[in-house]
Amino acid sequence: MHEPRALVLRTAGTNCDAEAVHACRLVGCDVDLVHIRQILDDPSRLETYHLLLIPGGFSYGDDLGGGRILANEIRYRLREATEKFIADGKLVLGICNGFQVLVKAGLLPGRDGDDEPTVTLTHNDSNRFEDRWVHLEVVSDRCAFVEKGERMYLPVAHAEGKFVTRDDALLGELESAGQIVFRYVDAQGGPASYPDNPNGSVGNVAGITDPTGRILGLMPHPERHVTAYQHPTWTRRRGPLNALGDGDGLAMFRRASELARSELV
Amino acid sequence: METRIEVALKDGLVDATGLALESDIRDHGIDAIRGVRVVQVYLIEGDLEPAAATRIARDQIVDPVAEVFRVDDPLPVPDPPHETNGHGPAPVHEIKVIKKPGVTDPVGESARRQLQTLGTEVAAVRTARRVFLYGELDEAAQREIAERILSNPLIETVLYGDDPLPGPPQPLGYDFERIDVPIREADDNALMALSRDRALSLDAKEMTAIRDWYRSIDRDPTDVELDTIAQTWSEHCKHKTLGGPVDCGDRQYTNLLKQTIMQATRDLDLPWCVSVFHDNAGIIRFDDGHDICFKVETHNHPSALEPYGGAGTGIGGVIRDILGTGLGARPVVNTDVFCFGPLDLERDRVPQGALHPRRVMKGVVAGVRDYGNRMGIPTASGAVVFDERYVGNPLVYCGTVGILPRDMHEKGAHPGDRILVVGGRTGRDGIGGATFSSAELTTESETVSSGAVQIGHPIVEKKVLDTLLQARDQRLFTCVTDCGAGGLSSAVGEMGETLGARVDLERVPLKYAGLSYREIWISEAQERMVLSVPPENLEKIRAIFEAEDVEATDIGEFTDDRRLVLAYDGQIVCDLDMQFLHDGLPRTVRSATIPPAIPDEARESFENLNPVADYGPDLLRLLAAPNIASKEWIIRQYDHEVQGGLVIKPLQGVRSDGPGDCVVVTPVLGIRAGVAISNGIQPKFGDLDPYSMAASAIDEALRNLVAGGCPLDRVALLDNFSWGNTADPESLGALVLAAEACRDAALAYRTPFISGKDSLNNTFRIDDRLISIPPTLLISAIGVIDDISRSITMDAKESGNLLYLVGPTREELGGSHWLEQLGRPGVRVPRVDLDRGPAILRGLGEALKTVAVRACHDLSEGGLAVAAAEMAFAGGLGIELRLADMPVAEPEPTRDDVLLFAESNHRFLVEVPEGDASRFERVLGEVGLDAGEFARVGQITSDPRLKVYGREGASVLDESIEILRQTWREGVPW
Repeated sequence: MHEPRALVLRTAGTNCDAEAVHACRLVGCDVDLVHIRQILDDPSRLETYHLLLIPGGFSYGDDLGGGRILANEIRYRLREATEKFIADGKLVLGICNGFQVLVKAGLLPGRDGDDEPTVTLTHNDSNRFEDRWVHLEVVSDRCAFVEKGERMYLPVAHAEGKFVTRDDALLGELESAGQIVFRYVDAQGGPASYPDNPNGSVGNVAGITDPTGRILGLMPHPERHVTAYQHPTWTRRRGPLNALGDGDGLAMFRRASELARSELV
Repeated sequence: METRIEVALKDGLVDATGLALESDIRDHGIDAIRGVRVVQVYLIEGDLEPAAATRIARDQIVDPVAEVFRVDDPLPVPDPPHETNGHGPAPVHEIKVIKKPGVTDPVGESARRQLQTLGTEVAAVRTARRVFLYGELDEAAQREIAERILSNPLIETVLYGDDPLPGPPQPLGYDFERIDVPIREADDNALMALSRDRALSLDAKEMTAIRDWYRSIDRDPTDVELDTIAQTWSEHCKHKTLGGPVDCGDRQYTNLLKQTIMQATRDLDLPWCVSVFHDNAGIIRFDDGHDICFKVETHNHPSALEPYGGAGTGIGGVIRDILGTGLGARPVVNTDVFCFGPLDLERDRVPQGALHPRRVMKGVVAGVRDYGNRMGIPTASGAVVFDERYVGNPLVYCGTVGILPRDMHEKGAHPGDRILVVGGRTGRDGIGGATFSSAELTTESETVSSGAVQIGHPIVEKKVLDTLLQARDQRLFTCVTDCGAGGLSSAVGEMGETLGARVDLERVPLKYAGLSYREIWISEAQERMVLSVPPENLEKIRAIFEAEDVEATDIGEFTDDRRLVLAYDGQIVCDLDMQFLHDGLPRTVRSATIPPAIPDEARESFENLNPVADYGPDLLRLLAAPNIASKEWIIRQYDHEVQGGLVIKPLQGVRSDGPGDCVVVTPVLGIRAGVAISNGIQPKFGDLDPYSMAASAIDEALRNLVAGGCPLDRVALLDNFSWGNTADPESLGALVLAAEACRDAALAYRTPFISGKDSLNNTFRIDDRLISIPPTLLISAIGVIDDISRSITMDAKESGNLLYLVGPTREELGGSHWLEQLGRPGVRVPRVDLDRGPAILRGLGEALKTVAVRACHDLSEGGLAVAAAEMAFAGGLGIELRLADMPVAEPEPTRDDVLLFAESNHRFLVEVPEGDASRFERVLGEVGLDAGEFARVGQITSDPRLKVYGREGASVLDESIEILRQTWREGVPW
């Protein structure tokens, strides 16, 4: 039968595309890596896919702020195609710069009545680009990609990943709506402080979803932990490599693929 | 009409730019600074109604959650970024920075294009910054900050206080006029004056050769011909010293490099060497489908003047080397090694004209970070060395590994191929870099050579990478090289060396009008590649570049007349014979004096150095020494995980903070084979014994690979010599010794050199005093691991496991960190035993294929004590060691401190489960180690302490691993 079809969108400055494609392949997706120019030329191409993945990088050099120019292209030039994609119940995953894009394009948190962006990702409290591994906990049962209570260990690599809401009330609303999906936690699963929360995000928020649970954005990189040998301490475990298993990040790709296979293909 | 939009971060959020500037200002010695805030200004030229401008700002530019903005009115002065620490409100000073007319403004251009694609046509968008400085700063301080920190005077204008920003620039013109330079009648003095005035950096003999050649063809050169010759003949491009004749008494070399380092590679004649010393990078076989290539470049002089731009374009340049290797390789990992002055150097010890080491370090790290991260290439490997002699002349080594399909290492342009310049546009940036990098730095360099610093724009290079490899896979070009030092002059000159080339310079796309034909030809503007394209492929290849907004311009063709012809608007401005250009350089024999060797029987002198009962304080001092302490502050700023291939990381252990020996990447996702990368650099040894310094650097690099589980079966080396003033015969003699050591060690270890680079004249002149850097050889090693599951990390894994010391310890303390801490230079530099060293390294590499050891760590800076401490705290476990059981060799150590801190080569600590111990010992014997060359010296314990028992059995060291770890983590004053 047909495989779920994934579109990994790239543009100038995208740079986590190869590992994103690899992760999609590992879970059985039929993947195309497509430059946005081709979608802008023919937005209907989007319809042929079930998963849209916007990978990390520095799209357009982040020249007007992280992810902003790509976000504007999606918001103003691909609006109809994107709306249809979402209305069809298809899946959207934005990682790192892709998360910034989804937020700035208004697709996240994507609540009705929000004309203006209500959340953003801004400079890390440490004032530095940081590459480190973080512990995450899934705190929502609303998101199609994950299951509540799941724990993951994934790398972050960004300078602008501090999640901020327009006001405190909104944070509470997102929480009660189940739109906060990932929180940074410490190694024991307790509340995180720096460096377990690597950027100073309010509420330790690492990733959020839209009200449908089918659009997910997160700063950490699940596509960089799809096999056990990418784990920073795999050499501390005994046994041959092939017995070590999948990386923590693969599960959300697998779930997306299975959902697409059962509902969308 | 111009619309002005000002954008600022909301008060209370982290103003990253402002904080970084504040820290730079403080590092520059201006302590009165209390804070910096930055307001971004967009100047939109075009007919834009205020309402439309407001809508565009809100919907397309500003982030309303984090930012505030105003249209046409200035924003009020923002709040200071943080509490002023009880100093009360500080006065605020405003400085504006804007690009000079014509200089590319990437953000402005991005904004313009975006407005256009979203339906608003405007003529141009410029950007500027309003920088607010808080604190009691007099005019001189403001000027210093503005000119040295906030702006690059080459490309930016600064305005103080209320001075308004300049209006839209008027386009500049250029009136063509060919410049001929009279040379035929010049006498020796006039020739040298010419070399100096035109910044040719050529000597009398070379100038005479040029004059005589023009006499023979009966005309004078044009300016651009002289520049082309000067660049082609520069030390930077021709390596006249390392690749030239050297007279050092009983050893005579006609070509030092060829007869030492390259000869060793030829003698070894290994079948997996694909391309050596020939292309932009050395190439070796990786697997059935791929080759890998590796290149390390220096970018020292530009980084001394403008650390951020210099280092960024250093890494940008070496990435282009990889893109230009064979028919183009895909970069998979970067390695960066820096040498700086001490970060806590007193300000009055920083010579006039030099930047404080802390500023150099921060700028260099940020430059590598911003360029490497944006390119999406993991910067995973590196090293940092501190020494006061690097203050005026820091060293910046940038390296990249690439992968390419197996049948793509051969290339060559054909007559009739079109010359395509791809990527960035050409501007006035970086003019004269090749000749500048070959000259010495002085207190004046920062003003006279500002044009030599290039300006990087990584996203342009990323687009080139994305598209070039598509064109490669369709086989649309026959040859490619990058525009590096010497710009188009070098790139076209090299590609057309055996053919001939004609270029129409007016076709080269420019960043701004007004460049002369000469500037176009020699500009070192970044992000450009040159391709030779058969005419029938032009349309197809252009389509590939156009589809992703990459500029590709046909500027001429390769010919078959062996002439380099340049024209501007049809007028010939250069017509050079390729043979003269490439082979006409007269060779100068350079004199070298071999420094006296340290006699074999020399022993360390321990007068006044009494043994102590507890070496804990010595170990803590070593762990805190910046040359040994953690470099995590740098490592974490690099995206070392991008591409998903990093299997063995630079930081290792339970808390991912221990110092790994090498890194391992899988350049193709999902395969079992990997590439291991490591470095060896031992400048402290070079002062005493340049031969052993070089051999030790090789042993160190190879040790690091073996420790990571990479056997020496398929390992290649790169040499990077950074030397002082080689006009001094003793300095050149040291270089000869180092080159001979490279030859000897490469042969002994059977690890060929495949590429290299040298940077000479690394000196800094203060009045009449010439400060030379220590002779610094960076050895970079690359190895192939067939199965990444055999990789090993250095952190102790499990209590109860045994610790073996492989490799004997000798009384070798010359250049050791321990004696340095005690203020003594030492005598005997660790030597490389060219017989037993290879036996140990190759043997252990073999053994690790069959015995699953749990950890392995090489012994280097700080010796056994430091290595054991690192292993323990990285693993969160204790270690017990018995010095009495250590394997030793002549000259045998007779003291506990020597055993603890000697830095003898070819030594490893290996953690082996007790059940595998006898097999480990048996295998080591089978692979050729002598029984006396390894021994069980201790074990891993659950008690989190490092405990060492001396030769007499008494405790000589007992420290908590948490204290050791903290001390090591906090050693460098970042």
